[in-house]
Amino acid sequence: MFFIFSVIIVFFSILTVTSRKILRAATYLLIVLVSTAGMYFMLRFNFLAAIQMTLYAGGIVVLIIFSILLTSHISEKLVLPGLTKRIYAAIAAVAGAIVCILTILQYEFIPKAVEPSRVHIRTIGESLLSTGKYGYSLPFEVISILLLAAMVGAIILAKKAKE
Amino acid sequence: MFEGIPLHWFLIVSTLMFFIGIYGFLVRKNLITMLMSIELILNSVCINFVAFNKILYPERLEGMFFTIFIIAVAASEASIAIAIIINIYRRIVNIDVENINEMKL
Repeated sequence: MFFIFSVIIVFFSILTVTSRKILRAATYLLIVLVSTAGMYFMLRFNFLAAIQMTLYAGGIVVLIIFSILLTSHISEKLVLPGLTKRIYAAIAAVAGAIVCILTILQYEFIPKAVEPSRVHIRTIGESLLSTGKYGYSLPFEVISILLLAAMVGAIILAKKAKE
Repeated sequence: MFEGIPLHWFLIVSTLMFFIGIYGFLVRKNLITMLMSIELILNSVCINFVAFNKILYPERLEGMFFTIFIIAVAASEASIAIAIIINIYRRIVNIDVENINEMKL
């Protein structure tokens, strides 16, 4: 199961960054995000997978597709960048990936064997609102202010200037 | 289902996804496709957090909360970026990075 998800993720990520039709790239991104949600389901984080589906796949991808439809022609193909630029970028990415993977493989992680259990929504809500140890009250408030600021900023930026 | 799969595999998948996102960010010229590469990068970081949480510290929930906050930040970032892109498109009818020399006309 893990291998199916990881193959889908890597393959469609590559298609996302190399596809020449922009709407298809957005669709491939949607597939990547949905299979990431599948990976969260596999790890038994049900709430997180639901958030991933609704917010990423339902919200952000729809937003991206709307902005694509507003700003570009669908049938138009993207211009490919120069060959040297692509080669340099590929070299940078492959070198970085090799260094990171070698470092990861050298490190010995000690997994903790606990019988798998689902995360209850009650636990999540209580720790999001508690102020004690392992409580996330402050980041929760900060993120709500950030979302409010982002909403106001997006409205102001996208509205038409006065004549 | 995930028992027996070492943590390294999750980290390798997320590393590949991260560097594919980096490649897309370097190569693409259209602003929206660059935004999609950024979403790939953020998503790979989320996979990292979740795998660390589940395999190394299964009795706690830190990674999950960090992932929730990353998703919220990604949503606000996407909305702001798309507002800026639409504003730029309204001023100069093109959203390639090379044509954007100044943000304020």
